[in-house]
Amino acid sequence: MDDILQLKNVSKTFGEVAALHKINFEVGANEIVGLLGDNGAGKSTLVKIITGYHPPDPGGEIYWKGRKVDHLSVAKARDLGIEVVYQERALADQQSLWRNIFMGRELTNRWGVLDLGGMRNETQKLMNTMMGFTSAAVTPDSVVKTFSGGERQGVAITRALYFQAELIILDEPTMGLSLSETKKCLDFVEGIKKAGKSAIFIDHNIFHVHPVADRIVILDRGTIAGQFKKNQLTVDALIDRLQRLAHTGTLDISPQTAA
Amino acid sequence: MNSAIEAEAKRPQAPAVRRHPLARWARRYALQIGTVGVAFVIWLVFVIAAPTTFLSFNIYNALLVTTPYFAMVAIPLTLVIIAAEIDLSFGSIMAWGMTGFDVVYLNTQNFWLGFVACLLFGLMAGLINGLIVVKVGVPSLVATIGTQFFWAGAVLVVTNAQGIGLTFLQGSILHEGLVGRVGGALPMQFIWMIIIAIIVWFLLNRTQFGAHVFLTGDNVDSARLMGVNVDRVKITCFALVGLAAAFAGFVQSVDLLFFWPTMGQGNFLNTLAAVFLGGTSVFGGTGTIFGTFVASFIINAINPGIVAAGLTQYYTQVIYGFIVVVSIALQALLRRRLS
Ligand SMILES: Nc1ncnc2c1ncn2[C@@H]1O[C@H](COP(=O)(O)OP(=O)(O)OP(=O)(O)O)[C@@H](O)[C@H]1O
Ligand SMILES: [Mg+2]
Repeated sequence: MDDILQLKNVSKTFGEVAALHKINFEVGANEIVGLLGDNGAGKSTLVKIITGYHPPDPGGEIYWKGRKVDHLSVAKARDLGIEVVYQERALADQQSLWRNIFMGRELTNRWGVLDLGGMRNETQKLMNTMMGFTSAAVTPDSVVKTFSGGERQGVAITRALYFQAELIILDEPTMGLSLSETKKCLDFVEGIKKAGKSAIFIDHNIFHVHPVADRIVILDRGTIAGQFKKNQLTVDALIDRLQRLAHTGTLDISPQTAA
Repeated sequence: MNSAIEAEAKRPQAPAVRRHPLARWARRYALQIGTVGVAFVIWLVFVIAAPTTFLSFNIYNALLVTTPYFAMVAIPLTLVIIAAEIDLSFGSIMAWGMTGFDVVYLNTQNFWLGFVACLLFGLMAGLINGLIVVKVGVPSLVATIGTQFFWAGAVLVVTNAQGIGLTFLQGSILHEGLVGRVGGALPMQFIWMIIIAIIVWFLLNRTQFGAHVFLTGDNVDSARLMGVNVDRVKITCFALVGLAAAFAGFVQSVDLLFFWPTMGQGNFLNTLAAVFLGGTSVFGGTGTIFGTFVASFIINAINPGIVAAGLTQYYTQVIYGFIVVVSIALQALLRRRLS
């Protein structure tokens, strides 16, 4: 079996709200999965179950490379090789850039003492290569609070890519980005594909998702309404189906995963 | 790594501004430098207002003896406040630890066992604070006001509100080691204050735990999303304050050779004032051990300063309260301006 991640029968209820209902979802090795769905469809909730932030309701099962994972936690997911660019970016505003990059995964020497020099140097390297800061006043010790929206996203994306994850999840990474920054972000997603890794890419803009995704999964009010291999549908056909989904509440092709 | 990144790497970068190393250093330690500046100005004011007091050796000797009593608590309390929580129960825990000593010593006649019991009682009280806040979800302000009264009451119940003399400790290794004089001059409690400051500074600035204290206090949701065990961080902070409060209570009692069941109640304002004057943000996420260390001496110099200036001691409380309110108000204003 090729899938690196499988969710089986996963549900998530918040009090009265059923955010996810009996989801079966998988991500293949070196596959980019585009996840589409309306506001409140449950996309971010699905992400947070995969990252161990939310435990699924009893009965749901998570498999990583064919092995069942019990009691997934965020730290455990990161150890497995899952990194995320969260929709809310998950930065600590008053902290320095290097503290944000290494948040929750600080480098230590073999006595468990923080490797401050190492983290500052790595951050400086990342700034020069990946983050594209145009302001020369920014150093690894700069506080993230003063960064622009695009720079903040850059930090979150860089952080997710830095740790050489096997599966990178991007939850609306292009939200609020300029055209050139969006282009860069989409390049990053293609880079993930070329590097042989997998990704889940969430974006409300179909024109962003369609070109980079291998497969598109459509989530609707907590259930998977359908999924397509990219070559099964053109962008126009996809938009058409989505519009009809919004009106009729059903997707007009049955859920399928062509082998 | 990948093509996009490589392409990005080739993009011309804006030239980096080369700052003088001293300027960089000043920027990084702006808060600490500010604290020292404030301390120096206040000291100058005291010297000018009451030269006979503040140019004599005695006042500094007194400051070295009594500042550690509360600074040893203020230093770990800094961690709790950086983690965006508060502990108001440390005063009672000081006496609760001594109650542990009291009970165990009376039953075993072994003051070493009593000392260990004191620390364990403090640690336990701190852990309970942490568990109430984290696992039950009670805001720490309310939870620790509750435990403050609870432990203060428990002390009175167990000791029957009777103080105990500790003259039997005089001359013991414990006495010499905690409150003796190094070279006949430097009080041991000051050495312990430095040791505690170094340990807590190291924890905060050189360990993963410390990094997580900053992250937890800055943005608890982000910290959780990135895998920080926020609950464990907070419980550890409260436990450290409990442990340190019991130790400080023991040091104070051994120095006075008497345990007053109401001990610690008078330490409430000066301890908190030291943390906030030291620049630690009540909103969490920022603060320094160095600031608390220096501010503890400023706070403790206010009382003798007021007396020497010919005012009544009642002003001390007014000024402590004033310092707490003003330093928190400044933080609030600064925060509003930056956001
Ligand atoms: N922690 C929570 N507590 C209660 N309800 C929640 C929580 N998180 C999400 N929900 C609810 O679950 C549903 C799905 O939310 P989710 O954030 O997964 O949607 P989404 O598909 O990511 O939407 P968007 O496109 O707006 O980001 C919503 O009704 C939301 O209100
Ligand atoms: Mg979302």
